[in-house]
Amino acid sequence: MKKSSAKKGPAKAGGSDFYRLRLYIAGQTPNSVTAIANLKKICEEKLKGKYRIEVVDLLEKPQLAKGDQIIAIPTLVRRLPPPVKKIIGNLSKTESVMVGLDLQPVR
Amino acid sequence: MPRAKPTPKVARTSLAKVPTGIKGLDEVTGGGLPRGRVTLVCGRAGCGKSLLAMEFLMHGAVQYGEPGVCMNFEETEDKLIANVASLGFDLRDLTKRKKLLVDYVSIERNQIAETGEYNLDGLFIRLAHAVKAIKAKRVVLDSVEALFSGIADSSILRSELSRLFRWLEDQHLTAIVTGEAGADTLTRHGLEEYVADCVISLDHRVTEQISTRRLRIVKYRGTSHGTDEYPFLIDEDGISVVPITSLVLTHKALTDRVSTGIAALDEMMEGKGFFRGSSVLVTGTAGTGKSSLAANFASAACARGERCLYFTFEESPSQILRNMRSVGLGLERWVKNGLLHFNAMRPTSTGLEGHLAIIHRLISQLRPGIVVIDPITNLVSASGSYDIKSMLVRLVDYLKMEEITSMFTNLTFAGDPQERTAAAVSSLMDTWIVLRDSKPNGRPRRELYVLKSRGMAHSREARELIVSKRGLELGIVVEGHPQATTVESPSAVVADG
Repeated sequence: MKKSSAKKGPAKAGGSDFYRLRLYIAGQTPNSVTAIANLKKICEEKLKGKYRIEVVDLLEKPQLAKGDQIIAIPTLVRRLPPPVKKIIGNLSKTESVMVGLDLQPVR
Repeated sequence: MPRAKPTPKVARTSLAKVPTGIKGLDEVTGGGLPRGRVTLVCGRAGCGKSLLAMEFLMHGAVQYGEPGVCMNFEETEDKLIANVASLGFDLRDLTKRKKLLVDYVSIERNQIAETGEYNLDGLFIRLAHAVKAIKAKRVVLDSVEALFSGIADSSILRSELSRLFRWLEDQHLTAIVTGEAGADTLTRHGLEEYVADCVISLDHRVTEQISTRRLRIVKYRGTSHGTDEYPFLIDEDGISVVPITSLVLTHKALTDRVSTGIAALDEMMEGKGFFRGSSVLVTGTAGTGKSSLAANFASAACARGERCLYFTFEESPSQILRNMRSVGLGLERWVKNGLLHFNAMRPTSTGLEGHLAIIHRLISQLRPGIVVIDPITNLVSASGSYDIKSMLVRLVDYLKMEEITSMFTNLTFAGDPQERTAAAVSSLMDTWIVLRDSKPNGRPRRELYVLKSRGMAHSREARELIVSKRGLELGIVVEGHPQATTVESPSAVVADG
């Protein structure tokens, strides 16, 4: 529950059920902080052991905005598994995040 | 507290402006777009707004040393490169030299799930990054409205757009934002609400299968601007706007003279011919020698070494050359040495304004001393409902300003009172020469008289016009006082009719 990266577990990076998530923020704004917290929480609950989160601060790396066609902040990009999915907002509407990431309800 | 020295009054000098480099647009806006402000360019699809915006950037980068960023929401870099290549701009090269930067912003339509609060900092950061990378002075957002299809929360979007436009101004960037015309509004999403300084609307109408493009300055804070619609043209050189306004008559009357090309006709006009920079109308029924008179006038100008631009709406240049050979006018040599330039156009190839735009462009390129339009009758057929007079007012004003002597021929029909044309155009013309057929004693002959010629004591005699292999000459005096003397005001014409 305290690391944003989790590699342990049976799933290998690149495996079909491994989630590579990239969260784009712009500085430590309230929305950014909220989004990071919300994302960690959801991942720990639903994807424990099979996800990796990368946080990109566009204030530091503005050149990265173009590649993922980032307009809104925060934006979460699901890079794996395919297809690439994009959701925007501070991730406080958990249901929308689940739908946006194609996450199944807890089995 | 002692009063400091009086602060200088806010200078009432006009706003700082940034030239667009687009022919005519800088004239109708009094110097270009407001510096450091956002200008909205709106119109329907295909009206030319993207082109206008890109030209603003290209000219800025190439001519004015102002690098520009294009944030394009509709077309990819590759497509844009192809588009502007047709105008002779090498976007790749400009990009390489850091004079231009295109950022294609792709928006997934209605596919972005929204999970809570957000703003458009991503867009801001991208734009700021691009601006910084090439030290841009100009920005184009084409079309920022695309955001409305990707961002569901329009209240966020609206406040962000307003922030974006303020940001552009804070950065002292001169920007063009494009917007699609709405049903009853200037733009579909009301972008005009955010743009306070300058709004330009483009329009592309097709009436009677003739297409016409027009530009209107809806708003330009701090600048007096004509509310007219200005015709504009899109061709291989891009956009050119016809800037002539008829607000003021500022051209100065010239006193030096230009030969008519016929010594005897010069003689009828104080022995000197037309005033330089004046406009001459030649009317007559079919076959009375209007084109011959015009070609002769052009030929004489070329012989003096003056450049002549000859617009023909009826015959091809080769037809004119052949026909004029038969009356002793060898025009080929003038074409060959570049003094005589023919431009043949079908009257219906474009609208009246389109013709005006083409005429304007050629004149500004070739800078002739003489312009012939043969005949304007055909232009009337292209005019549709639009008033030919207002076009001619603009054209004649422009020619006078450029100190170009112009001759317009006009076909009249037998039995048709020539005053019909007169009502439309003669009041604009300084000189009106009438040609007619007559058959005294069963022998047909052509006759010529000067119906009016402002500012000179001209002969009121009618003379025979002899057109032969030897050229054009005037023969005997056939009449002392032609029936119509000087009819100047259209109201008089109506009374006569």
